[in-house]
This record gives sequence, structure tokens and C-alpha cells, in this order.
Amino acid sequence: MSNNDVIKVSGLTKKFGHFTAVDHISFDVKEGEIFGFLGANGAGKTTAIQMLCGISKPTAGKGTVAGYDILRENEKIKRNIGYMSQKFSLYEDLRVWENIRLFGGIYGLNDKQIADKTEELLTRLKFEDQRNAMVRSLPLGWKQKLAFSVAIFHTPKIVFLDEPTGGVDPAMRRQFWEMIYEAADQGITVFVTTHYMDEAEYCNRVSIMVDGRIDALDSPSALKQQYDAVNMDQVFRKLARKSTRAE
Amino acid sequence: MITVDNLRKNYFSDKSGKFAGIGKENGLSFEVNDGEVFGVIGPDGAGKTTLFRILASLLLPDSGSATMNGIDVVKNYKQIRRIIGYMPGRFSLYQDLSVEENLRFFATVFNTTIEENYDLIKDIYQQIEPFKTRRAGALSGGMKQKLALSCALIHKPDVLILDEPTTGVDPVSRKEFWDMLKRLKEQGIIILVSTAYMDEASRCDRIALMRDGQFIATDTPQGIIDAYAETLWAVQTENMSTSLNDLRSCSEVLSCFAFGDKHHITVEHGFTKEELSGFLKEKGYRNVKIEAISPSVEDCFMALTKD
Repeated sequence: MSNNDVIKVSGLTKKFGHFTAVDHISFDVKEGEIFGFLGANGAGKTTAIQMLCGISKPTAGKGTVAGYDILRENEKIKRNIGYMSQKFSLYEDLRVWENIRLFGGIYGLNDKQIADKTEELLTRLKFEDQRNAMVRSLPLGWKQKLAFSVAIFHTPKIVFLDEPTGGVDPAMRRQFWEMIYEAADQGITVFVTTHYMDEAEYCNRVSIMVDGRIDALDSPSALKQQYDAVNMDQVFRKLARKSTRAE
Repeated sequence: MITVDNLRKNYFSDKSGKFAGIGKENGLSFEVNDGEVFGVIGPDGAGKTTLFRILASLLLPDSGSATMNGIDVVKNYKQIRRIIGYMPGRFSLYQDLSVEENLRFFATVFNTTIEENYDLIKDIYQQIEPFKTRRAGALSGGMKQKLALSCALIHKPDVLILDEPTTGVDPVSRKEFWDMLKRLKEQGIIILVSTAYMDEASRCDRIALMRDGQFIATDTPQGIIDAYAETLWAVQTENMSTSLNDLRSCSEVLSCFAFGDKHHITVEHGFTKEELSGFLKEKGYRNVKIEAISPSVEDCFMALTKD
């Protein structure tokens, strides 16, 4: 196994009764890569992510995330990843600094580390004046930027982003992606889902799930060539049309 | 026809812990004609839901007025509720009732039956009919959406109010949803729909771009695009991530944002492609493609909201 594979899974499967939500998926994600994880609603993305994050046990298959075994070392996985979704990111009724303090503590940083990194984070985001603001009072785009910074506060090997930009205004959405690039440049691997097909173009590689399987996996330019498409939207449509799963 | 005149609503939002609302600077005024699909497009927090709740008679405006087919949404709210179908952003059907029970319930409340208006919902309802005994709470996102639309239509409303029906929905299902709306429009229903996806603008007859409780432009999608006044180019280089910052460092480049596999830039009047090409070559790029393009609605929104 190559050392710079941050995710390496083979035959990963999850069944609920007779329903196979995730059907023998195998793939690798390299260190510092921005990996887009696409699929239609109900294709099995969320179930797959839950297995990768160590919160759902696979029915079959094996693999490692951040160097730890997904079957036996799921607690270690949780400590070495970051996670953010549109639905859950920060505590709305805590202040900005309190959220940072809380997540820093959960991820096992000591007080000195948290204090130093908090200043650095607030300065980088130009958030110094918002230190004492309640998170719920921040505009959505700011919240998402803060949530992303908190999700990588403990410099995890990999961060999982589940539809991080849904509903965010166009300029903010792009600023968010510039933060993703910066994190990737620092060596943090980014695993991201999105329904915006222009964002699929910003990924180094993209996988597309259809009915629990990974039906395509390559760089956006290779996928466009393979499916004779002008953009990722067309690639997605061609693949998703093959779905036979009655939701 | 919908007529909205100088509508304002300012309220303390428990959710954000501060004042929010619509029409703070200028009250909102617009009209929607019969048989039109009118899209309200803007990010979360723009005020789309507040506006729709007022029009659905669920929230009282501070001032201003709105009528639908001549009926006032405040004074004659009971009549309004008979002629509108409202689909809120959050799934609001009865989770413990089955698919069919939900539909029958809404039909009964409006003194009608599923059978009487089956034609109107047939296209949509047939897709979920195989699951009609399933609890609504156990449906997938896409099926919930189809059921909610069926329930909003079952009393044959004149006006359909859809609050972000496609949020969190994948591109293929979104397209299917808009195809359904197109067929409803052909039946003569006025459709008022909100979305945060700018690419859905082209499916509307007219759109309002909304931010911070204000309409910043109202027109046909083509009209919005025609009013765009900047010089817009699409740029591709062999390294898109570094060229984003390099383009921004060029003093004639006014704005630069990633748009899929290209960067969209606006430039000073009189600046030429050859000059930009020279600038990028000096920065070490060998493979540069620059073309003038016409803007998308997203480009227009960004130009109208730049600070």
C-alpha cells in the first residue's frame, strides 16, 4: 500500500435488510487531493461517507482512512478527520470563540495550542471583531467559512465536506472554494460532495455514484472526454440517467 | 395576476438573533402576469421565505399590500388560501400518514376529492403512486417533494407558491422538477418559485434577483443578461489555481472568479485580449485561452452585488 493514500477502500458495502445502499465500492484518495464525491439523491453517498468516518460499520469490504482500519480503529479515525456539512457545522447559540474552544478541546488540543491557533484563525479570516458574536447572528457564508476553519483546526489528514456550499451566495461560494485550495496546498486531503456541477470542475478527481456503485472515477477533463461532454453537468446527466433505483 | 405594492416587513429573527425582513430601504413592488413562472432568486437569508409567507397569508406585512386575482392577502386571507397552493421549504406534510392519506386529507380540507382533480396531478402523482401506502416520513427526498407538490395542487389552485423546492436536490432531479412546472404552467397556473440555484433562472419567464430583503433587478432572464454592462472574458490556463491570483494582480482586471473549468474576469474598458495574453505570458503561462463571452445570470448577480 502506498503511504500517501489517505483513503483506501475495497469492496465497501452496506446493506439495510434486503436493500444494498452501497454496493462494493473501491477507490483511493491521495494526500492533498481534492476529491469530489458526486451522485444523485439516494445514490448512497451519505451512507458511504458514514462508513468512511467510522460512524457506520460496513456489511462487507475493508479499507483504511487516515491510516486506520475502518473496521477496527474507527475511534482513531474520528480523531484524525474533520467533518462539516450544511446541516451541522457549529453551535448556533455559542459565540465564535466558544465554538473554536469547544471543537479544539474535542479534538484533543491543549489550552496553549487552542489559544494560539484561535488568534491565527481569527486573523486569517479577518474575524477579529466577530470573536464574541453569537454564531447564529453571522451570515450563512461567514458561518460556512468559520465552520470549515474549525473542521480543520486540528490539522486533520482529511476533511469531509458534505454539501458545504448549498444556498450560499455566488461570490461566497467561490471564496469558500479558495479556502479549500489553501487547505489542500497545506497537505490536507479534501473529500467533498456538491450538487453544483461547476464545483465538480474544481476537484482533482471526481467519482460519480449511481445506485450504490461508483460508475465513473477520473479527473474532470478525462471524464468530459470519456463521456463526450462539454461540462461536468453533462457527464453527470449521462451517468445518472442509468439509475434504475426507484428511490 | 399578482400585484405587490410597496411591501415591507421588519421583524426580530429568533434564528439569527437580529432584525431581518424585506423592503427595509424600498418596499417591494412587482407584478406577476397570468400564466407566468416568476422566479425569486437569491442566497439564503435574502428574504425569499418572508416574502412568500406574506403572499401565502401566513405572515402580516408591516405596510404595503398584495393581491392575487384581485383578492387582498391580508383582508381576504380566507379566500386567498382557497386559490393558492403553497409548498414551504421545509417538508410540512403529516409524517405519520401514508402518501395517499396525506393527499386525501388535503383534498378533503379543500372540499374536493383526489378523483376530481386527478388529471392535474397525474403526471407527478403517478411516480409515487406505487408507494401510496408508505408513511410520508419514510419517503426519500425526491418522493417527499413530489408528494408535497401533489398536495399543493389537489384543490386546483390559481397560484402555486413554491419556496425553494429544489434545494439539496441533484441536477437531474432538479431538471425533472422544472419540467413538471412547465407542464403546470401550460395549464394556466401562475407559479411563484424561489431558488438559490442561479442556473434555474432560465426556466422562468421573469426573475427577480434578491439580496438583503431587496429586489436588485427584475426582468426576463434575457433582459437581465442584456443589461450587463461589464466586459466579460473567460480565461483558461494550464494552472487554474495559480492563475486565479495572478489574474487578480493585474491592475486592469476588475474582478476574477472561478466558473467551472474557466475563470470569468471583468476588465477595464479598452483593455485588449492581446494585452492580457502578454501579461499572462510574462507570468510564465504558456497555454492561455481568452474569449469574450456573454454573461450567465450568476455573472449578473455577482456584478450587481459586488461591494
